[in-house]
Amino acid sequence: MADWEKSSTARVIPPARPRKLAKVPFVELADGRLQGVVSSGSDIERVYVSSVEAGTYAFACSTNNNRPCGGARGMFCNHIRALIDEAVLQYGAERVARYLRVEDPEPNAQSITVGMSSTRPPHADTRAAAPVFSRFLRHLAYLEFAPVTAPVPEMHWFPPTRAVA
Amino acid sequence: MRADLLAEPIAGLDEALMAADTFDRTLVGGLLRPQPTQAAGLAELACAVAGTPLASPVAKAAEKAAAGAASEDHLVVLATARTALLGSVHDALMARIDEATGRTRISGTAPAPREPQATNLLAAARSWLCDLARAGWRGIDHGLVSGSAQVVSAMLPNPALRRLAALLDGFAAELASSCPGAALERIPVRRWADLWSRAMLLTQPRAAEVPVTGAATGRLLPLGVDLHEHTTAAQAQVHAVFEPADGTAPSLVRASVLAPKPDTVVGVGVWQLLRPCMSLLTACSEGRSMNVADIPITVDGDLIWNDKQACLGEPAGAFATARVALPVALAAATRPLDRHPARIAEPVFLEDYGVREHDGVLTFAVAGHRLAVDADRIPAAGPLTPGAVAMSSACIGLLRWDAGTFSVQPFAVETTRKKKSVAVHAGAWAGGAADRDGAKAEKAATEAVVVLRERARRLLRK
Repeated sequence: MADWEKSSTARVIPPARPRKLAKVPFVELADGRLQGVVSSGSDIERVYVSSVEAGTYAFACSTNNNRPCGGARGMFCNHIRALIDEAVLQYGAERVARYLRVEDPEPNAQSITVGMSSTRPPHADTRAAAPVFSRFLRHLAYLEFAPVTAPVPEMHWFPPTRAVA
Repeated sequence: MRADLLAEPIAGLDEALMAADTFDRTLVGGLLRPQPTQAAGLAELACAVAGTPLASPVAKAAEKAAAGAASEDHLVVLATARTALLGSVHDALMARIDEATGRTRISGTAPAPREPQATNLLAAARSWLCDLARAGWRGIDHGLVSGSAQVVSAMLPNPALRRLAALLDGFAAELASSCPGAALERIPVRRWADLWSRAMLLTQPRAAEVPVTGAATGRLLPLGVDLHEHTTAAQAQVHAVFEPADGTAPSLVRASVLAPKPDTVVGVGVWQLLRPCMSLLTACSEGRSMNVADIPITVDGDLIWNDKQACLGEPAGAFATARVALPVALAAATRPLDRHPARIAEPVFLEDYGVREHDGVLTFAVAGHRLAVDADRIPAAGPLTPGAVAMSSACIGLLRWDAGTFSVQPFAVETTRKKKSVAVHAGAWAGGAADRDGAKAEKAATEAVVVLRERARRLLRK
């Protein structure tokens, strides 16, 4: 086995990079999609759940109350564009392009967006919105769990790393 | 420190690791329909523990697993055998480390643990881990991996289950980012076998409990902060020399705090989550000692921190502690169930070394012997950089071992700036960042958490 395979602390996930969260509080590469939650520009109580599927680039955008987004008719709305921008900030353009299967030797947020929208991707149904939203709520709940001061030796397997995505 | 001893081979180490490796490879393909090579790997694990009390149950479990008929109990037995094997590697490495550092280590005896808790959640976790072992790393997909989410969500609110919850959450995130397993270019074979076996063991009632054996009253002299983090949890572990008020021998202790976190809370944001629970982090940043009264201490030398039982003391530089107090401090042995090479984190003090840099990798030359520097573990949210380590003349750090090599993880270094000696600490921002770069990072991190809390308030409590 190579050294990496024999390492107990081999780094598997590059750490997320810091970004401002006001516009897009939640973004993830999961369930075969780039998906997340985008704050409404006009209503502070409203958020949009937006997603783009890897490979097909099928996209969907609707509010947390399951009303369709007016901007996502036939093409990516501003919420989806913001989602892609923030995903690139958090995960790095390479990882986002690889996950979505966008062929691009030197990807950036704009080239990924153009690369996908130029294929005239189809609409996806908004059925994914509910699970994405509940994943966002689960994510927020992590701020609510009380810290513990009993040692967790298993965390030695998770050292920080200075390498970024 | 006698670095020459760290470079010498250790008898039996390669053989033990090779047996673990062959078992680890069986988990790549999974145990649902084992191939002949996997059967051989299982037999090798059984053979490696043949001279121990585990011999008979492991032989039986290996035989069942080789036939594709392992029950959950059999898989627990296999995880136990692997843990024992790696535990023996840990013991051999620690014996060598104690020889090199001249440190005296004492083994305490632990009282019997209390009644088990939440056994149904432990059983659910075990069932998921067994499904993983059957599918193998090549067989993982999103459906299988996401099966852990419900168990973890149910465990997280219960602090008593935090060990297993934090482990499963970090492990599952890695597996999820690696799906589908069939398309993986490379697999972290030992790492995932480690995480799987540890989690299997922690699903056994009482396995996660480390009993408290006493109460510590006296003075704490911090050496440095070790940070651990995965996407949804972070732990800070302070290493310190404890001077008991009753005048008995000083000893090495640790104090830890772990907080679950959203993956967007990173860098200084992590310190901000941990800081309010442990004033010891402030002591580290300010270079001060702490006075503690009746803080519970485990058989392993871990303090169960509570801010109400501690107050900030006099200034106490970590380098003075490392030069004067560290060499005479006693150390506690790790309790058997938790012994593993990845857990080795032994405070050491080095000076009069040379530094070499090759392809961005730092090496200390200590008394003519090379010692790798694990600069990647230095948290990015702090003033200590690999560059500062390269220019250093003295270093406090943790001695670690991974993938066949010893390395030192720097906590703090002394360098010369404008003809003056200055100390730079990796954990300087732990209690609050005072310098300009740190203050800027603090502000950005505060904003991120404010936004998340605001969103949580509006959306969660409806």
